[in-house]
Amino acid sequence: MIRAAEAMVRCLRSEGVKVVFGYPGAAICPFYDELYRSDIHHVLVRHEANAGHEASGYARITNKPAVCIATSGPGATNLLTAIATAYADSIPLICITGQVSTDQIGCDVFQEVDITGAAQPFVKHSYLVKDAAMLPRIFKEAFYLAGTGRKGPVLIDVPVDIQNTLIDFEYPETVSMRTYKPTVKGNPMQIKKICEAVENAKRPLICAGGGIFLAGAEKELIEFAEKAKVPAVSTMMGLSLFPTDHPLYLGMLGMHGVKSANRAVNECDTMILIGARVGDRAVKSPTFLAENKQIIHIDIDPAEIGKNIPVDIPLVGDCKTILSELAEKIGEVSHDEWLSELAEIKNDIPENEETEGFINPKVFLRKLSDRMPSDTVCVADVGQNQIWCCNNYGIKEGGRFMTSGGMGTMGYSVPCAVGAKMAAPEREVIAVCGDGSFQMQMMELATIMQEKIAVKIIVMRNNYLGMVRELQTKGYGDRQIAVSLDGSPDFVALARAYGIESERVSTMAEAEEKIEKLASSDKSYLLECDVYSLESTL
Amino acid sequence: MKHTISVLVENHAGVLSRVSGLFSRRGFNIDSLAVGETDDPAISRITIVADGDEHTAQQIEKQLNKLVDTMKVRTLAPDELLARELQLIKVNATPSQRSEILTICEIMGAKIIDMTANTLTIEISDSTVHLKRMHDLLEGYGIKEIVRTGVIAIQKGSVTIK
Repeated sequence: MIRAAEAMVRCLRSEGVKVVFGYPGAAICPFYDELYRSDIHHVLVRHEANAGHEASGYARITNKPAVCIATSGPGATNLLTAIATAYADSIPLICITGQVSTDQIGCDVFQEVDITGAAQPFVKHSYLVKDAAMLPRIFKEAFYLAGTGRKGPVLIDVPVDIQNTLIDFEYPETVSMRTYKPTVKGNPMQIKKICEAVENAKRPLICAGGGIFLAGAEKELIEFAEKAKVPAVSTMMGLSLFPTDHPLYLGMLGMHGVKSANRAVNECDTMILIGARVGDRAVKSPTFLAENKQIIHIDIDPAEIGKNIPVDIPLVGDCKTILSELAEKIGEVSHDEWLSELAEIKNDIPENEETEGFINPKVFLRKLSDRMPSDTVCVADVGQNQIWCCNNYGIKEGGRFMTSGGMGTMGYSVPCAVGAKMAAPEREVIAVCGDGSFQMQMMELATIMQEKIAVKIIVMRNNYLGMVRELQTKGYGDRQIAVSLDGSPDFVALARAYGIESERVSTMAEAEEKIEKLASSDKSYLLECDVYSLESTL
Repeated sequence: MKHTISVLVENHAGVLSRVSGLFSRRGFNIDSLAVGETDDPAISRITIVADGDEHTAQQIEKQLNKLVDTMKVRTLAPDELLARELQLIKVNATPSQRSEILTICEIMGAKIIDMTANTLTIEISDSTVHLKRMHDLLEGYGIKEIVRTGVIAIQKGSVTIK
């Protein structure tokens, strides 16, 4: 017999977990005591939300469930934002929380909170472990649930006395749940219908979403698009599925998207949504949009089909198998006229004005992406910086863009970048944030130093919560309240205090030199860019 | 439009809260919810009456299906279901009114299960429409308290949900 805490560690090892992100506390100490004895690498975050975001970055690069850990009570509630963020973007996480002793549950004892109750609306599933002997099966199920079907976070709340109970350990080899059987294969009839619809369409368009990454169907998507000669737009979560300069690719759609993508959306006659849930920021009036075009919707989650947009041809299943079948079965087609029309729109890129003494973030990000290696991972935060990145950071083949698309969680970029770097130490990883969002995550500089990893950070400093300021200017008679960031520290001095090399840049003339420095350094580096306070989002 | 939905779920702790939480989180309107064990004690059957248009009904079904503990969801068509609700009614009844109320109970298929000098407690199990009629009939005497279970429903004929 072994201690259940040891069983938990053995479960993680059986699932191939090498790195976990967390923050200890009394109620999770038995588990940490067993981690001490194991070869699993624990990354100590400086706030529990970051444990979740770091696991998210790790999961998105490895495309496997990643593990984050917090203690009971405040540790667990701090993790909530990260769980909700992962849920909104369908990122597979295993969230392990400590809980007070089973005999004390419900007594409002020290650091007690009903975390399975609190997290319930935004987990794929959760467990409050009341029988230690169930732990191996629960872990097996949790990894299976998190990483299959529509992926998402699974929470396992383990009371401290349960962790200390002795159990017979055997990790189940297989998992069988009578209530959970995700559909994987697409219905052949529907696949045939889609092929016919695309072949007959004059102006078809692919809208590629984050579900394609989750399905690991990046290659299959390109193959299908190229074979069917169908142009494509992407959602924010689908950015970097296509390299920016791919001839079929038109950019990000939606309220913060680019003109070429939105024109294509408006003018197409057949729209093929793949792994995209038609979020309100991507498609503002879906019903209106669906009125004069044929909508094809491919998704692993049956509930997404018809939820936000009326659908003509629905198809439930795994994007990877579906896209490869589509690529195989689609007949000879040509949409030359449509493609040449779109090519003209794509080349119509607006000029960016430069303001003396400031960095133009859009131009800067283009220059940055030009310099970075093609497989660089770029993580954008939330705010103006996110949209600047989405529309200007050029993705090369093999590159990856990540951001908190669904929840729009500020403070996501640096921890996500840390997780991504842990998962792919050989790749360059850049976090781009604003001065607002940076101050929600700057404690993670310590994690970067402790782990000695080379995460590159860009802080776009305009001394404003720029996106809200813009909203107040346009929608609230320019009555600016609570958007000035006066009082912010000198980020360069701050980074240096952590031992991170850092510089400030405020003219485009110097920008290239700093970008070179950032790109060629093998250590972490923070670059503060002075941005004009009234710089616009689009 | 009212929809009667039968849901088979794993009989675990917390399942009911996941189901009811789903309704509040997604903004679905629930009229009633009744839950009990099936002949297999590992499985519970929940009967939900919900209000909404066709699109909402579809979403309710799909979202319920997404819950990991859900085994089966079936929306029962109004013409294929037998629905019953149990109601306990405590009504004012002076000695002179008792026989009148007794007659109502007899005609309506209700049962008197308790009485005091001034009240009668009535048990009735029937369709929601029938219970409404019963309510109207008793209202004049002064209803002191009503307790109702929420609708449970089963399909007509030999078909089952398992």
